[in-house]
Amino acid sequence: MGDVETAASSALRAGEADAPRNSHVAHFGPDRPLKLDAGVELSPFQIAYKTYGTLNADRSNAVLICHALTGDHHAASPNPVTGKPGWWVTMVGPGKPIDTERYFVISSNVIGSCMGSTGPASTNPQTGQPWGLDFPVITVRDMVHAQAMLLDFLNIDTLFAVAGGSMGGMQVLQWAASFPKRVFCALPLACATRHSAQNIAFHEVGRQAVMADPEWRHGRYFVEGTEPRRGLAVARMGAHITYLSDAALHRKFGRRFQDRENPTFSFDADFEVESYLRHQGSSFVERFDANSYLYLTRAMDYFDLAADHGGAVANAFRGSDTRFCVVSFTSDWLFPTSESRAIVHALNASGGRVSFAEIVTDKGHDAFLLDEPELFAITRGFLDGAAKVRGLKNGA
Amino acid sequence: MLTRLKHDLTMADTARVSDGARVDLLLVADMVTPGARVLDIGAGDGELLRILGEERGVDGRGIELSREGVNECVAKGLAVIQGDADTDLAHYPDDAFDYVILSQTLQAVRRPRVVLENMLRIGRNAVVSFPNFGHWRIRLQLGFGGHMPSTDNLPYAWWESPNIHFCTIKDFRDLCDVANAKMERAVALNADGKPLGFNAPWWFWNLFGEQAVFLLSRRG
Repeated sequence: MGDVETAASSALRAGEADAPRNSHVAHFGPDRPLKLDAGVELSPFQIAYKTYGTLNADRSNAVLICHALTGDHHAASPNPVTGKPGWWVTMVGPGKPIDTERYFVISSNVIGSCMGSTGPASTNPQTGQPWGLDFPVITVRDMVHAQAMLLDFLNIDTLFAVAGGSMGGMQVLQWAASFPKRVFCALPLACATRHSAQNIAFHEVGRQAVMADPEWRHGRYFVEGTEPRRGLAVARMGAHITYLSDAALHRKFGRRFQDRENPTFSFDADFEVESYLRHQGSSFVERFDANSYLYLTRAMDYFDLAADHGGAVANAFRGSDTRFCVVSFTSDWLFPTSESRAIVHALNASGGRVSFAEIVTDKGHDAFLLDEPELFAITRGFLDGAAKVRGLKNGA
Repeated sequence: MLTRLKHDLTMADTARVSDGARVDLLLVADMVTPGARVLDIGAGDGELLRILGEERGVDGRGIELSREGVNECVAKGLAVIQGDADTDLAHYPDDAFDYVILSQTLQAVRRPRVVLENMLRIGRNAVVSFPNFGHWRIRLQLGFGGHMPSTDNLPYAWWESPNIHFCTIKDFRDLCDVANAKMERAVALNADGKPLGFNAPWWFWNLFGEQAVFLLSRRG
């Protein structure tokens, strides 16, 4: 990989961070700073977002989509960086479970990301250079507070629903905890009320891979014209394994060789699964910023609803009228069903209204992004039931 | 498993009214005051919660063991969680519900006493319906046939039955004493799902009731 290519993809992402393509951008000036958990204010800042569907006259049919770690706001429309379809086209769109003919869907990029909301790849107005590690450490709660400011900007008081998986699910739980009156129903998928020690450990391995890359330059690679491609690719390879399952990997790849009949007795990618992972790593580097990866994994690590609410998750939801639908997947070992069950028990203890289903699949954690008909039926049924209570008509 | 059991119970067509609802469920629903907060343990495919919601305006929640049952319920918009009467009731706070319903499930739980005590802790009232093991046909099969009984209500061979804690109507009254439950109402149903005479003595119910429905409250 030559310097020219590196500089080009780096510049491309710098452009995306400040001026995202095919996106709306909400700007928040010095008069509207974001107060961060780290004790500092982020100002000015911006949020990139997409909307799908039409807001009804009562402004009561808005659904907020929260994306996962390396996701973005292009949930239901092509991604301008990769050219690929949106990451949740199976779930969001006309006639889909989150039906854009009925709901006004808002999909926003989290702060700390590199796809148009302010993050370490964005230009620091103080210096005219990318923030890099000068960007303050952010939390899931900060992401949600920023989203709440976006809703204010859009003049939407109450969300009909908030939905998301993984880190998106954490945001959903944080929404319900921080703004119970603004959330009519919540769909946290494949997530937990806190990041487990094992999950923090996986994230640390990924961060160390990035930081061990000599091209990382203490996060100053933008300025120094380098890019920690190898480190970030290794981080992604490791993480990607945790999103799948043993059974799914075996089903997809087994022990098959890649374009060869016999092992080469070398460290080339002999196995299909190696080749696949290398591809996952190298294509990820094309679309994601290494420093953003550090910040967002950190935000997930810090997530702990119980710690924020006197040691009991139930306190976070006490007195809440929000209707919850918690979903887990049998082969998800990153956020196993026991974590979802803990959410359910906390909601039971706080008198919350909750549905909970576990879906049988071998697709692992990523199942929430994939074609899972049962997930679609459950989401549709849950939202239909809630819409009836909310008085939303079909076709908004 | 519980779903299957409930499904088997629905096979007796005579036990259904014209719109297809099961008589025993209607009887259970009838014991619940309109608008109450209700937890249905062993929600099955959600039929009771549906009846309660539509006809009694009840704010209903459910617990169901089988994944298929849960997913069906949630897809219908019902607030049902995948869980188990033996382990999940402990997580609910005291007085969380007006009624906690255990319909045709008591005989399948591991610790009926703990379950009943939990029901009366988290609910002001408990409604329990169960197949009566003292019914004359069951007594005949065991007493004269020398076999574990198998009926329309209880169709399983003993080695594959999910039902591990059978009791008679009289036995259930003993459990109520032990669990500090006060009987507010009791109804025995015949094979057609029709209530037996209200003034009949207990021995009569215990012999001719195929199933029984009890409305209980906390004693003292």
